[in-house]
Amino acid sequence: MTAVTANTVSLSWYEASARQRIDALVDAGSFTEFIGPELREMSPHLAIFDLPEQFDDGVVIGRGRLDGAPVLIAAQEGRFMGGAFGEVHGAKLTGLLRAARAQHQDVLILFDTGGVRLQEANAGELAIAEIMRAVVEARRDGLSVVGLIGGRAGCYGGGSLIGGTCSRLIVSEQGRISVSGPEVIETNRGIEEFDSRDRALVWRTMGGKHRFLIGGADMFVDDEALAFRKAAIDALKVGRRCDVTVLEAEQTRLERRLQRFGEAEDAVEIWQALGVDNPTDVPALPTSAFLRAADNRENADDAR
Amino acid sequence: MTLDDILAGLFPTGSKIETTGAIIAGQAVLPDGRPIHVLGITQGQPLGVDEAILLAGHVIEIVKSGDRAPILFLVDSASQRMSKRDELLGLSEYLSHLAKTLLLAEAEGHRTVGLLYGGSAAGAFIATALATGTLVALPGAHPAVMDLPSMGRVTKLPIDVLKAKAEATPVFAPGLDNMTQTGGIHAIWDADAPLAPRLAAVMQRPKGQDDRDRLGAKRGGRRKAAEIADRVVALAATSYQGAQHG
Repeated sequence: MTAVTANTVSLSWYEASARQRIDALVDAGSFTEFIGPELREMSPHLAIFDLPEQFDDGVVIGRGRLDGAPVLIAAQEGRFMGGAFGEVHGAKLTGLLRAARAQHQDVLILFDTGGVRLQEANAGELAIAEIMRAVVEARRDGLSVVGLIGGRAGCYGGGSLIGGTCSRLIVSEQGRISVSGPEVIETNRGIEEFDSRDRALVWRTMGGKHRFLIGGADMFVDDEALAFRKAAIDALKVGRRCDVTVLEAEQTRLERRLQRFGEAEDAVEIWQALGVDNPTDVPALPTSAFLRAADNRENADDAR
Repeated sequence: MTLDDILAGLFPTGSKIETTGAIIAGQAVLPDGRPIHVLGITQGQPLGVDEAILLAGHVIEIVKSGDRAPILFLVDSASQRMSKRDELLGLSEYLSHLAKTLLLAEAEGHRTVGLLYGGSAAGAFIATALATGTLVALPGAHPAVMDLPSMGRVTKLPIDVLKAKAEATPVFAPGLDNMTQTGGIHAIWDADAPLAPRLAAVMQRPKGQDDRDRLGAKRGGRRKAAEIADRVVALAATSYQGAQHG
């Protein structure tokens, strides 16, 4: 039997590449990649736009061990095309989720994405739909699909919809979750609706702290690979079903959110309504103080 | 075709379907006498948190009723509602929740059929039409991820250049034919033929696995997706056996 060894080197999740994240997340030396860059399975579509391809199309997939348990893993590379879903990128994820059912193994998805890659938008959009269906089917077979969100590109567009199908979401302060990005809202609705250059507004509307407080994420961690690893180990131990009981509980939870916060103009109002002391201080709080302040947060246990 | 024309064509023996705001909900009877639930979003409206939670609530009630009757989901929408309020409240969870309820319904024995009869885009398309077991469309339907002018802004390419590129590949430009070629739409119905038999034929289609990537490969719009996904499944099986012996 091999001893379980974790990587203990300090690493910012936000700054790290997809491959660095995987190496730091799983048990040391346990990762095996599927369709690695040496096979050069690149996008067949980017050349139409005279754009450079990447040998792994911006996503690394494979299997490894987490605290000794076998898991399937996907990590998006936010530094290539904003981690966006193209045909090959999406199909690698779809295949991994289908493999999860066949092998009966849990899945970790390390999101870092702006959403659908516009240069192959139809293929990307369909990949999102295929991945969501595969996630739900895996969960209905009793498997966990855990999302980890804290990368540079955040988790936007179709990525955020896949996130919503996961059994658990782990998020850091840097992890933004949103369907429409700040620039998209501003372009479509005007700067009065959303000023995309107001970074504080972006973080408190879409950032990890807000998502954790309203129950949009289940675990809040420091921007540290080791913190993500510990949380992922814990996340695999709980709630994974996706049946009518869970979705009815989610219905109640999301209806309640609209009733409680539907009139709020700003995240700070929501935090105040949640009973957070000094809600305007939330963005500045270090993790331990934030977790204490988040004591009365909404949670999504058995309701996601 | 208007929504009323479509409903009359689909359900000549009658239906009890109400449209409240952008939301369609009700029941109808199929020509063979079986009941069918009808839901949808209409008038090209955006799908936000308020609409998504209403629709999801209807789907959950249907699943809980245990009647296993099919669900027809009609779609003529805009994209997801792009607003500060919707994102503040966690729109991604609401859209995912709606998609999950539709996937749950199919898994629990309700055939789910999407009928795209107008527009739809981006997150709204994923959470509704693309979450049904079989998606069909009427001629004139116009699905999109993003319209070409917006795509031009993001890709920093002139619209004429984008149009020229769209001639060469179905993979990025909006439109029904492109979405069909890439496998997202099972079939486009002939608008001149009676609708009720077409719906009955879709209902006959056996419930199966997600075959959209295979359709896309067969139609030439998505040549790589199915092959890549299959290869990953095979590789995972091989490495699992290897690990057992290792």
